[in-house]
Amino acid sequence: MTETSALPILEIRPTKGFLSLNLGEIWNYRELLYFLVWRDIKVRYKQTALGAAWAIIQPVMTMIVFSVFFGRLAKVPSDGIPYPVFAYTALLPWQLFAFALTESSNSLVGSQNLITKVYFPRLVIPLASVLAGLVDFFIAFIVLLGLMMFYGIRPTVSVVWLPLFILLALATALSVGLWFSALNVKYRDVRYTIPFLSQIWMFATPVAYPSSLIPQPWRAWSGLNPMAGVVEGFRWALLGNASNPGLLLWISTGAVLLLLVGGLFYFRRMESTFADIA
Amino acid sequence: MSDIAISASGIGKLYKLGQRERYRSFRDLVADVVKAPLRRFRSSGKQDVGASTFWALRDVSFEVRQGEVVGIIGRNGAGKSTLLKILSRITEPTEGLVRMRGRVGSLLEVGTGFHPELTGRENTYLNGAILGMKKAEIDRKFDEIVAFAEVEKFLDTPVKHYSSGMYIRLAFAVAAHLETEIMVVDEVLAVGDLAFQRKCLGKMGDVAKQGRTVLLVTHNMLPVRTLCTRAILLAEGRVVTDTSDVRHAIGLYSGLKTEGENGWRRSVTPGSPESPLVFTSLRRVLSGEQPSLKLQILAELQSLRPHAPAFIAVDILDSDATPLIQAIPTQTPLIEFSSAPQEVVVTINLPPLIPGTYRVTVWAGPHYMTTFDLIEKPLTFIVTDSPQPGRSFPHGTDHGYLVPESTVVVRPLRGAKRTLEQCT
Repeated sequence: MTETSALPILEIRPTKGFLSLNLGEIWNYRELLYFLVWRDIKVRYKQTALGAAWAIIQPVMTMIVFSVFFGRLAKVPSDGIPYPVFAYTALLPWQLFAFALTESSNSLVGSQNLITKVYFPRLVIPLASVLAGLVDFFIAFIVLLGLMMFYGIRPTVSVVWLPLFILLALATALSVGLWFSALNVKYRDVRYTIPFLSQIWMFATPVAYPSSLIPQPWRAWSGLNPMAGVVEGFRWALLGNASNPGLLLWISTGAVLLLLVGGLFYFRRMESTFADIA
Repeated sequence: MSDIAISASGIGKLYKLGQRERYRSFRDLVADVVKAPLRRFRSSGKQDVGASTFWALRDVSFEVRQGEVVGIIGRNGAGKSTLLKILSRITEPTEGLVRMRGRVGSLLEVGTGFHPELTGRENTYLNGAILGMKKAEIDRKFDEIVAFAEVEKFLDTPVKHYSSGMYIRLAFAVAAHLETEIMVVDEVLAVGDLAFQRKCLGKMGDVAKQGRTVLLVTHNMLPVRTLCTRAILLAEGRVVTDTSDVRHAIGLYSGLKTEGENGWRRSVTPGSPESPLVFTSLRRVLSGEQPSLKLQILAELQSLRPHAPAFIAVDILDSDATPLIQAIPTQTPLIEFSSAPQEVVVTINLPPLIPGTYRVTVWAGPHYMTTFDLIEKPLTFIVTDSPQPGRSFPHGTDHGYLVPESTVVVRPLRGAKRTLEQCT
């Protein structure tokens, strides 16, 4: 072996001070990311009688409950769109987000056996949990297409923006998931916080009601909750109702970016201690 | 030097006691803040090296050339696993620097990430990816892995239905096909049945022959003896010996054990400041015939740290460990510090002994009040012959163990017959 000088050199030393995010490393581990996502999807509905039907049952049942109680009984307005479609369009990204948030927050604790035995950038773990939710999302999406056909709603050209809103939902889940998963390693309280946090968050997001209910000077600022931007974006892109979210969307994007960068740095700072305290 | 694969300088790892077991809850945090805000504030800045912390590893430096197969040996808690975890980047060192040239593959466990619900085939890919293999690489080696594991028939069965043997075989097979320039391996050879272990050993041998650098941690001395070209012995987080004389290191390691197979005991901690000089090997030779038996103790000693000159004492005990006699050949401290091992031969002219089993305890120290090493009852010897040729009454120990050499004569005395009163 004479080509030794061509080999990569790895330096191991205590991390001190400000550290780089080193996101390029994630790219090197993209195959591991792929396999972890693939594992989560494969294992998800093993040993269930209904299997992947669960991906449809959950949002559809919620949609029915919302339609009956909010749509029929409480007469919540829906911007002139049939309430079931109105609610389901918002429930899709919401469930994608809520699921990704829960899974990613518990991901590190659930992967202790990997963390203490093998090195890889730990970021891969919450990232994989977030991405694994996409399959459920696409299955449930088919139902939305059926609903839209049933009510005769045609998407407009703005549908091309849809992938961006999906990305925004995933980024929101990841950024919160990064904070929570790292905290969860040290403080297991996080696990108990998530269910009611996501419940409160849902009512703070215009899922069951339109954001047009919020009086004007405040409406745009409700975008500080990034999921408000996502939900309004979904409705705009798919249902083509008049209200282009505009400013609200920019505020949401800005909020996500801030949360995400903060989460990445916090996660990287805690990363080196995971194996010691997990 | 371009052929250095691993160079570690001054690495140390400080653990907070209880850090591994306990996780904290917000309540603890709140309680801490309320109870002692000042203490929290003070200790947040600098590393608090108090009673609640300990160095699992300290000042560990070594270099490994490319293609070397190095065994890392030591007792539980000596720091082996911590060292491997640092080298495989699972945990960070608290101080020091390691430079490694080449891709590093670490096998701290076989079957890491195996999912019970997934099939053998799926787990092979998943586990391979977790160990750092590319999909194309796994594709290429897949048939070889399956053949090695002997699980062809069950490839599409979820591994939760595997027998434990099959599970381990598949797990090891994936790990064994990891091809990185540097391999860090922990105790994984101790799996499976004997035949499979032999197969694994063969595979490790192949790996070594391919010129890859291997660091191997194990309690099993067989692979160390057969595969390793060098051994590093750790004790209490420090390097005690780093030598290419693997047999010597193994001897030293065996000597470091505190509890021997046949009930011997050592009460000091070798390599600690109190115990800088230790016995690493003890043999005894019994020669001659009763009543002039000769017992030779051949003791190998190793200095682990600089120390004052020492001398040696040998106790002989009965089978119930009652001390009988002690031999101190000299009180002059004649065993000087030496980085090379030294042999000390003690020759004892045994007194005539009642036949039976006798035990030997050895001691070394610089002074009567100070003990460097004390090994109780590591050796035994058996006396079968009578101390008195033709002795007709039984050899019991009711009257003691030693039969001193004695002579007797009978002489007639002149004078009148003694009366009974005069006899008392």
